[in-house]
Amino acid sequence: MKPWLAAARAVGAEVASRHADDVDQRARFPAEAFAALKKEKLLGIIVPKSEGGAGAGVADVVAICHELGQRCAATAMIYAMHQIQVACIVRHAGGSAWLKGFLKRLASDQLLLASATSEAGIGGDVRSSICAVEQQNGRFELVKEATVISYGAEADGILVTARRTPESPASDQVIVVVPKTGYELNQESEWDTLGMRGTCSNGYKLRARGEMAQVVPVSYADVSAMTMLPVSHLVWSALWLGIATDAVTRSRACVRAQARKKGGAPASAARLAEASSQLQLMKANVVGSLRQYEAALGSEDAIAAPALAVAMNNLKTGTSQMAVQVINQCLLVCGLAGYRNDSPYSLGRNLRDAHSAALMVNNDRILANTGNLLMALREDPGLLE
Amino acid sequence: MGNRVEAQIRSLLRGTDYLQVKVDGLAEDADLYAAGLNSHATVNLMLSLEEAFDIELPDRLLRRRTFSSIRSIAEALAEVGITAEAA
Repeated sequence: MKPWLAAARAVGAEVASRHADDVDQRARFPAEAFAALKKEKLLGIIVPKSEGGAGAGVADVVAICHELGQRCAATAMIYAMHQIQVACIVRHAGGSAWLKGFLKRLASDQLLLASATSEAGIGGDVRSSICAVEQQNGRFELVKEATVISYGAEADGILVTARRTPESPASDQVIVVVPKTGYELNQESEWDTLGMRGTCSNGYKLRARGEMAQVVPVSYADVSAMTMLPVSHLVWSALWLGIATDAVTRSRACVRAQARKKGGAPASAARLAEASSQLQLMKANVVGSLRQYEAALGSEDAIAAPALAVAMNNLKTGTSQMAVQVINQCLLVCGLAGYRNDSPYSLGRNLRDAHSAALMVNNDRILANTGNLLMALREDPGLLE
Repeated sequence: MGNRVEAQIRSLLRGTDYLQVKVDGLAEDADLYAAGLNSHATVNLMLSLEEAFDIELPDRLLRRRTFSSIRSIAEALAEVGITAEAA
């Protein structure tokens, strides 16, 4: 096992799980888990070695999200969202000295990055912006009504999408990297939700300024298609798989306790088998999609092809629904012991957290997008291609 | 002569809302994405081209850069046999 995966597993088991219920009940940032993740240098693992990172890949982040998702879904989601931002800078920094310098700082100081993509007035379509980069003498200013900036108050930097210029159409976007010293946040809404409560996804008015060199040199359309979208769907699916895996683990423990008393597996073991089978499908989807993304990484054409976008969208819509199905099945396995909040087999938090999956970037929006993309797909690739 | 396909593409775009600016003001190599073409409209543009020229664009041409300008679209059409002469 790679050292960072072992470290993440230990942080999950020893720190994140201990505070998960409190994070959930008080809807607070998982500060203990992030202090531990920073101490283990896990925030900068995908920064290239040349910039002081560990040079790890998306697969490593996927594996870590799966580990953390089994312990505290909010910790896993924040870790996932952070790494999505880092992946975008790593892949699209090009020759930018400013962005490379920022990656160095990120690795050495273990900076936590948040994202400001949603905006009031765009109807949930993050591929369009109202706010714009206003340039003057090599510097910029930017004001955004961000309906959600998850863990905005705790972040050390934010990636902000905006129109390229005040004259640009809504879809001609760029993404700007702004360190904490370059922005002010005025909180405008609270995050009091059914689940994923620890992500503290409040709404803010964001005012940012800085140098034009902080603008990622590739259009956001490309950053989104090549990196943000596929990486998001991979790391989210991995943590949803983690939430479902924990539910199956609890159910197995519940059934085993009954089996020991009875001297044999009870009737509920058959339902447990069904849950285990669904979990295996979900896992195969995550791993298969990860391999497909990795195979496409080497080719600009493959990574921009409709086939990959369709596969990554299907991964998201598929695993988000399956996580809830698996946990529902587990509830039937555990019965009241799973329904109770005060039992070791409690599945309440798993179920509440998992219900966020279909909503964060609504599945209906993604399905509509996939349906459109399918018009540009000629034939399905072969089984082992 | 070589401009006839480009003119047809222009005419096709004129009848749609794929762009956020007037197509007549755009140069042949102007960036259509900067002119407001989004990913959803790109697929619709592909379908409109296939219908208008009675062709099927192969997988290798279904790339973002194929639709990045009027000229790049014309080049893609030339690859599937649509040229000024044929048109």
